Amino acid sequence: MADHTVPHPYAPSIPWWLQPAATVTILSGFIVYATWVALQGHGSYGSYLSPFYSPQVVVASIPISPAFWVLWAPAGFRATCYYYRKAYYRSYFADPISCMIPESRRRYAGETAFPFIVNNLHRYLLYAAVAVLVFLWIDAIHAFVFDGRVGIRLGSLLFLANVVLLSGYTLGCHAFRHLVGGNLDCFSCARGGQARFRLWQGVTPLNHYHAFWAWTSLFSVVAVDVYVRLLMAHVISDPVLF
Amino acid sequence: MAEARFHVFRGYAKHGDLVTYQVPITEGMVVLDGIHYIQAHLDGTLACRWNCKAAKCGSCSAEVNGRPRLMCKTRVDEFGARPITVRPIKVFPLIKDLVTDVSWNYRVNQQIPPFTPDANDPGPWKMYPEDVERLYEFRKCIECFLCQDVCHVLREHEGMDRYMGPRFMVRIAALEMHPKDTRSRTDLLKGSGGIGFCNITKCCEEVCPEHIHITDNAIIPLKERMADDYFDPWRALLRLFGGKKEPRGT
Repeated sequence: MADHTVPHPYAPSIPWWLQPAATVTILSGFIVYATWVALQGHGSYGSYLSPFYSPQVVVASIPISPAFWVLWAPAGFRATCYYYRKAYYRSYFADPISCMIPESRRRYAGETAFPFIVNNLHRYLLYAAVAVLVFLWIDAIHAFVFDGRVGIRLGSLLFLANVVLLSGYTLGCHAFRHLVGGNLDCFSCARGGQARFRLWQGVTPLNHYHAFWAWTSLFSVVAVDVYVRLLMAHVISDPVLF
Repeated sequence: MAEARFHVFRGYAKHGDLVTYQVPITEGMVVLDGIHYIQAHLDGTLACRWNCKAAKCGSCSAEVNGRPRLMCKTRVDEFGARPITVRPIKVFPLIKDLVTDVSWNYRVNQQIPPFTPDANDPGPWKMYPEDVERLYEFRKCIECFLCQDVCHVLREHEGMDRYMGPRFMVRIAALEMHPKDTRSRTDLLKGSGGIGFCNITKCCEEVCPEHIHITDNAIIPLKERMADDYFDPWRALLRLFGGKKEPRGT
C-alpha cells in the first residue's frame, strides 16, 4: 500500500477516546440504574410519582413491576433516537469510535440488516413516548398539589424541570420534525401547509440542540427518581418554597 | 523570518513518502500558500490541485495533520510551532503527490435522476420562501469531497459500491425537497444509494467547510422519507387500501 493510505491519527484538542469512554460510562450507568429502579416495584412519595413509574399501570394477573409496562416506550425511543444512535455506534461498536480513527471490524452492514435496521421504526417509539410525556406533564402538575392545596416545593421544581427537558428532547426529535412538516416538499401548496411550516420552523431549533436535550433529560429523569427515593427513605425532607 | 516545517506526501499510489520542507511564514499564510512556496522555490514537481484560493471551488482538499480540510482555508499559525503534515485525501485513488482521482463522484452523480418537474407545468414558476428555504443550505456545497473522505463507510469499509456518500445524500435531498420536483428517489436511496449504510456518526458534518448540516438536514430527513415508503406498516396499509400514492405536499 502507498504511504498515503497508512492510517494516521486525527489531532483533536482532547484525546479521541475520551468522549466514547464517557458515553459508555454514562449510558451503561443509566441502564444499570434504570433496571435496578424497575426491579424495586414502587416509586412514589406523596404527590410525587417517579418518572420510571409513570403512568402507573398495574395488571393484577401479571405480577411484575409496574415500571416494565411503561419503560419500554422511553427506552425504545432513546435506543432508536438518531442522536443516541450516533453515540452508541461510536462508543459501543466503534463504528467509528472517532472520526478518522481506523476501524478494526471489517464486516459492516450499518442499518441495512438486523438488528440496526429496526431503528427505522423510530417513529412508532416516538408516538409511544409522546403518550408517556402527556402523563409526565400530569405528574408535574400534581407535584404542585399537596393535600389538596397548591404549593411549591423543591420536588415540584425538579418535576417541572424534568418534564420541560423531556419535552425539549421528545419534541425536538428528528422523526417529529419530519412528521410535523419535514415530509412535505411544498408547504405553500399542502393542506395546512403554512401551519405545518411554522411548526417545522419551531421544532428545528429544538432539533438543532437535540444532543443537549438528550443528555440533560437523561440526567433529570435520574435526578427526580433519586429525589423521590431519598424522600421515600426519609433521608431528606422536601423544602417548602412557597 | 520564522519558518514552518512542512511534511508533504510525495509519490504515487504504489510508493511514496513524506518529504520535509522549511517554508518562511508570512502574515495570514494558509497551508496552500506553503504548498505554492514549495512549488515555486523548492521543488517545482510537487503536484497539487487548486483553483480559487477562496474556499469556494473545493479543489485543494487534503488531509492536514490528519484532518480533511481545504488547504486554502487552513491557516499556518493555528499549528504554532508544530510541523504541518499534508497528505492527499485517502478515500480516492492517488494520482501523484496531493492529487487524487475524484472521478468516482461524477459517475455516482450520473446515477441520480435529475430534477424532474411536472411536464404539464413548464413554468415560469412562482416560488415561495417557505418552499425553498431548506434548499439554500444544500446549494452551498462546493464539492470538495471532504465529507466523502471522512465518511467511514467509504474510508474504512471500502463501501463505494454500496453507498453514495454524504455529498450525494445532500444532492438527493436538494432534489427530493424541491417543491417542483415530481420524482421520488427513495428506491434509489434504499437500493444503490445505500443510505442504510450511513449510521449517522456525523463526521461529515464536522469537516464540511460550508458548515452544511449534512446529517441533520439531509441524511436523516432522507432516512425518514425512506422509512415512510419502506418501514412504515401503517402507511403501507393506507397505500394498499387508499389506492394511488399521494405525492408529498399536495
